[in-house]
Amino acid sequence: MSNLLWLLPAFPFLGFVLLTAIGKRLSSRHVALIGVGSITLAGIVSLILGISLLQHPLEHYSHTLWIWIDIGNFQPGMGLYVDTLAMVFLFVITVVGALIHVYACEFMEKDPDYSRFMSCMNLFVCAMLLLVMADNFLLLYLGWEGVGLCSYMLIGFWYEKPANGYAARKAFTMTRLGDISLAIGMMYLFYEFNSLNIAKIVALAPEQWALQPQTALIVTLLLLGGALGKSAQFPLHNWLPDAMAGPSPVSALIHAATMVTAGVYLIARMHALFELAPAVQGLIAIIGAVTLLLAGFSALVQYDIKRVLAYSTISQIGYMFLALGVGAWTAAIFHFMVHAFFKALLFLAAGAIIEALHHEHNMFRMGGLKSKLPLIFWTFLIASASLAAVPLLSAGFYSKDQILWYTLAGQYGNPVLYSMALVGALLTAAYTARMMLLVFWGQAKSQVLRPPGTRMSLPLIILALLTSLAGFLEFPHNFFHFTPFSDFLNSSLPLTSVKEQGFSEGISQVLAAVMTFVGAYIAYYFYHLRPNLLPVLKEQSWLLFLQQLWLKGWYFDQLYDFLWVRPFQWITAKNKEDVIDGWYSSLTSATRTMSDSLSLLQSGSLRWYVMGMVLGAILLLSLQILL
Amino acid sequence: MNTPDNIESILLLAALLFCIGMAGVMIRKNILFMLLSVEVMLNASGLAFIAAGAYWGQPDGQVMFLFILAMAAAEVSIGLALILQIYHLHRSLDIDKIKEMNG
Amino acid sequence: MILLSLIVLLMLGGALSYLSERLNPYAPRWVALLTTLTSFVLVIIFWLGHYHRFTLSPAPNWLEEFRLEWIPTFGISFHLAIDGLSLILLALTCFLGLLAVLCSWREIQERTGFFYFNLLWILAGVAGVFMAIDLFLFYFFWEIMLIPMYFLIGIWGGHKRVYAAYKFFIFTQASGLLMLLSILGLYYSHGQLTGHYTFNYTELLGTTFSDPRGFWLMMGFCIAFAVKLPLIPFHAWLPDAHSEAPTAGSLLLAGILLKTGAYGLLRFVLPIFPVQAMEIATPAMWLGVTGVLYGAFLAFSQTDLKRLIAYTSVSHMGFVMMGLFAFNELALQGVVMQLITHAISTGALFLLAGMLKERLHTRDIGQMGGLWTRMPQLGTLGLVFALASLGLPGFGNFVAEFLILLGSFEAHRWHTVIAALGLVFSAVYSLRIVQKIFLGPQNRYGVLADFTHRERLMMGILAISIFWLGLFPQPVIHTARPAIVKLVELLSKESDTAYQPYYEPK
Repeated sequence: MSNLLWLLPAFPFLGFVLLTAIGKRLSSRHVALIGVGSITLAGIVSLILGISLLQHPLEHYSHTLWIWIDIGNFQPGMGLYVDTLAMVFLFVITVVGALIHVYACEFMEKDPDYSRFMSCMNLFVCAMLLLVMADNFLLLYLGWEGVGLCSYMLIGFWYEKPANGYAARKAFTMTRLGDISLAIGMMYLFYEFNSLNIAKIVALAPEQWALQPQTALIVTLLLLGGALGKSAQFPLHNWLPDAMAGPSPVSALIHAATMVTAGVYLIARMHALFELAPAVQGLIAIIGAVTLLLAGFSALVQYDIKRVLAYSTISQIGYMFLALGVGAWTAAIFHFMVHAFFKALLFLAAGAIIEALHHEHNMFRMGGLKSKLPLIFWTFLIASASLAAVPLLSAGFYSKDQILWYTLAGQYGNPVLYSMALVGALLTAAYTARMMLLVFWGQAKSQVLRPPGTRMSLPLIILALLTSLAGFLEFPHNFFHFTPFSDFLNSSLPLTSVKEQGFSEGISQVLAAVMTFVGAYIAYYFYHLRPNLLPVLKEQSWLLFLQQLWLKGWYFDQLYDFLWVRPFQWITAKNKEDVIDGWYSSLTSATRTMSDSLSLLQSGSLRWYVMGMVLGAILLLSLQILL
Repeated sequence: MNTPDNIESILLLAALLFCIGMAGVMIRKNILFMLLSVEVMLNASGLAFIAAGAYWGQPDGQVMFLFILAMAAAEVSIGLALILQIYHLHRSLDIDKIKEMNG
Repeated sequence: MILLSLIVLLMLGGALSYLSERLNPYAPRWVALLTTLTSFVLVIIFWLGHYHRFTLSPAPNWLEEFRLEWIPTFGISFHLAIDGLSLILLALTCFLGLLAVLCSWREIQERTGFFYFNLLWILAGVAGVFMAIDLFLFYFFWEIMLIPMYFLIGIWGGHKRVYAAYKFFIFTQASGLLMLLSILGLYYSHGQLTGHYTFNYTELLGTTFSDPRGFWLMMGFCIAFAVKLPLIPFHAWLPDAHSEAPTAGSLLLAGILLKTGAYGLLRFVLPIFPVQAMEIATPAMWLGVTGVLYGAFLAFSQTDLKRLIAYTSVSHMGFVMMGLFAFNELALQGVVMQLITHAISTGALFLLAGMLKERLHTRDIGQMGGLWTRMPQLGTLGLVFALASLGLPGFGNFVAEFLILLGSFEAHRWHTVIAALGLVFSAVYSLRIVQKIFLGPQNRYGVLADFTHRERLMMGILAISIFWLGLFPQPVIHTARPAIVKLVELLSKESDTAYQPYYEPK
C-alpha cells in the first residue's frame, strides 16, 4: 500500500505539466479530460488508501522517494507519510477537489485561459497533497508555499484587472509573513531535535521539553504564526475577503475547503508540541474566539455574496482554532471535514448564481431565485442549514455542537470562550438566514440568463449529499455512542479529556439551538417581516458607524496600510536613488570641484608659472633654513 | 691652483646675477627678453659652479660649467627657433597675448 | 592539463573570433559558440569522470594540479589547481558563457569580433580566478577579467555606458589594489616568519600574524571581495554597470563576476585568516542582513527593470555574506548553492529584460503591462524566475537560502530572523515585477512576438536547471562537500581556542 503513495501527488503533477506544456494546443475537451482525470485518479488512490486504513486504523503508510538534501545530519527526504489524520485531509482534498474540477469544467469553459486555469488547479492539488503527506517539515513547507503560489496565481487569474493582481499579492505577502514564522520555527526544531522528521519530533518532544517549557513556548508560537497566516486568523486574516477576486471554483477549493485549513492541519499534526505549551493553546483558543466574532460581525453586513462566504469561512476556521485551543482535536478535524463539504457547496452554488445572473455579486440585486433556480436553492439551503447548525438535521450541528461543548467542558475550556462561541453561533445563523432571504426570497431583481448545466449541477448534488450525511459520522455523547469519526482518528490524535462540569451537554445543545433560531429570527425580522426598519435604523449615526466598521472588516486593511504599507512605500520612494550611491556621487562631485578650481592655476601665462616656481623655491629654501 | 679668498663676494655676484635674470623672466613681456634673462640665470649658476670648483680645488665645477654652456647653446637654438615660429604664427612676441594653453 | 587547456582554449578562441571578423561579420559568433561549447563539454566530462572522487576519506585534496615556474626568484609560479568548489564554479562559468554567446546572437551587430574577444577573455579571466592558487597569479587573473568587462560595458552598453564603465572600473580597480597590498603584506609576513618567500596558497595557509597586522591584511582582501560581491556599502557600481551593460554583460556580471567575490572569501579569507574572520563575524553578518533588506527595499522602488534586478542581486548576495560568516557546513553549502542558483535565476531575469528591451525598446516597467496576453510563454518564464528569486520551495534558490538561514540560525538567531523577513520583501518586489510587466491592463503595443526558438532553448535550459537544483541539489552538494568540510574543520580547529559557539549540539 505504501508504494501507492507517490501516485497521489504524481497524478495532479502530471496533469499540471501536461497542461502547462501543451495545454494551449489542446481542445477544451482534452483539457477537461486531463484536468479532471488527474484529480479523479488521485481520488481513486486516496479512496483505496482510505479503505485499507479503515480496516487497519492503527497503521500508517510511509514511503521515501529520494533524499532531497543530505548534509551531515540534515537529511530531509521526499518522504510521504499517511496516517488517519492525513487520510481525512487526503479524502477531502481529492474528493472535493475532483468535484470542484468537474464543476470548473463547465464554469470556466468559455475562458480563453481554460488550460492555464486547469493546470494551476492541478498544481494546487499536488501541492496540497504534498503538504498533508509530508513526513518532514521541509517537504511540508514545500507544499505550504506551493499552495500559496497557486492561490496567488488563481486569485489573480483574471489578470487584466489591477485589483485582482493587488488582491493576489496581498494574499501571498500576508501568508508569506506567516510562512517565515513557520520557517524559523522549523529551524528552531532542527537544532532542538537534529532532525526535521515530523514523527521523530513528535515522539521526542514530550521527553526532551519536559523541563524546558520556554523552548516549547517559542517553537509553538512560531508554528502558530505560520498557521495564522495560512488559515486567515486574526491578526493575519484580512487577505481572505479580497481573495474572492478569483473564480468561484478557486474560492471553493482553495479559500474554503482546503488551503485555508492548512493551519488547522499543522496544529493538529503537531498536537504533541502544543500540548507542552498550555499558554499557546490558550492563545489559539482566544485567537479562534476573537476571529470568529470579528468575522461573524463583518459577514452580517456584506453586500457581496462571496464576501459573506469569505467572512463566514474565516469565522468557521475560527471555530476550528477554538477547538484546537481547548484540546478538542478530533472535533476540530470533524468540523474541518463538514465545513469543507458545505462551504465548497456554498461557494459553488454562489458561483452558479453569479454566473446565472451575469456576474452579479450584490445580494441586494438578487432575490426571488427560489423558483427560478430550484436546484441551486435546495442545495444552497442544505449547505446553509449546516452552516447555521440547524439542530439534529444538519451536519453543522453535530460538528459545531461538539466544539461548543468542549469549549466549556474541555481541558482548557472556560465560560468566557463558551459565551463567545455562542454569540458566534447566533451571528452565523443571522448572516446565513440574511443571505438566504436576500438571494432566494423577495422580489426578483435580476434576469436569470444562464441556468447551470449538468457538469455544474452534478457536483452540487453530490456535495449536498455529502453535507447531509457527514454529520451522522459522529454523534454527541449524550445521544448514543456512535462515534466512528473520532475512533478512526484515535490513532493519530488524542482523545479529548473532559473536566467535571455542573452543566450537562444537553443544556449546551439546547442553548446552541436557541441561538441558531434567535439568530435566524433576527434576520427574518429585519429582512422579511419588517424590511423598512433597516433604513430607519441607519439614520442613527452610531448604527451607521457600526455598519461601516463591519462592512470594512473593522478597518484592518486601513490599519495595516497605515502601519506597514505606507511607511514602506514612503521609505522606498525616498530612497529610490540610493543614499549610499549618493554618497559616492558626492565624492565624485567633490573631486570634480577640486580639480576645476585647481585647474584655474594653469592659466597659460608663462610668467605666472615662473612666479609659482620662484615662490615654491623660496618657500623650500626658507623651510630649509628655518628648520 | 690657488683658492680665491673672496669666495663670498663671487657667490654674491652670482646670486645677484641670478636674481636679475629671474626678475627679467618674471617681469618682461617680450619673449625674447625672457629668453635672454634665462641665459643670465644660467650663467649665474655657471659662475657659482666655477667659484665653488676653484674653492674646493676640484675639476667638477668647470666640468659642470662646460655642461651648462653646451646645454645653454642647445636651449638657445631651440628656444630661438620656437620664438621664430611663435612670431610667425602670432605676429607678436608678447607673452601675455599668446597664452592659449590653460586648463 | 585540462586546467591550462581551458584557459588557453578560451583565450585562443577569443583571439580567433577577433581575427575572423575580417572574413565575415557573423563568423565571430560561431567561433565563440564553438569555443564555449567545447569548454563546457570539457568541464562536464571532467566532472563526471571525477565524480567518484568527492569523498571525505581519503582526506580531500586537489583533483587536478598544474604547476609551472614563472618568476622563481620571487616565489611566483603559474600554479593552477581545482577542487570540487572550483569545479562547480568553473562549470557555471562555461555554462553561462555559452548562454552569453547565445543571447548576444542578434543583439550585437557592431564590432562583433572585438565583442566576442572580450566576452571570451572575461571567461578566461574568471576561469583563471577560480583555478589559480598562486596569489600573484590570482591577482593577475583578477585584473584580466576586469578590463574586457570594462570594454564590454563601455562600447556596447546603453546611454550612460561610459559613466557606468568608469564607475565599475574604479570600484573594482581601487579595491583590487587594496588586495594587491594585502597579498604583498601576506607575502612578506610569511617570508619573515619562515624565511621562505612565496605566493603559493597552500604554503601561506598556516601563517600566523601579529595582532593588528593580520586584521588589516584580511581587510584588504575582504574589501576587494566585498566590492565584487557586492556587499553594502560597496554596491553602488552594480546597478549602473548592470543596467548599462549589454545583455551578455549583465548576465556575466551577475552570473559569474559577482561569484568571484564570494569565491575569494571562501578560498582565501576564511582559510588564511580564520581567527581574524571570526573576530569580524558579527559585524559582517549584520552587513549581510542589512544588504538583504536594503537591496530588497531599493529593488521595490526601481522603475528601470535592469536596475531593479541589479538590486535584487544585492539582496541575494547579502545572504551569501551571512552564510560565509556563519562558519558551519550547512550555511557554507547554502552559499555554494546560492552562488549557482542566483547566477541562474538572476541571469535568466536579465535575459528576459534583454528580450523585452529588444521588443519594446525600453527598460521602464512603467511603460509595460499586460504582456502576458501577447507573450504567454515569456510571461510564464518571467513568473517562474520571479518565483525562483523570491525563494519559493521547489526552486534551487529556496534550498540555498534555507540552508544559509538554517546554518546562520545556529549561532546568530536574531540575524537570521531579520534576514528571513527579507524573504517577505523579496516576495513583494518579485511579484511587483510580474505585475508591472506581464499582468494588469494591456498597453498599446503593436505586434509582439513570443519566444523565438533560440530564446526558448535558452530559457528552457535555465528553467530546467533551476528546478533540477531545487529538487535534486545533491550532486552539487556532494561535489562541494569535501572542500566545505575541510574548511569547516579548519575553522573549528581555530574556534576551539578563540571562539565559543552559542549553540551546543545535543
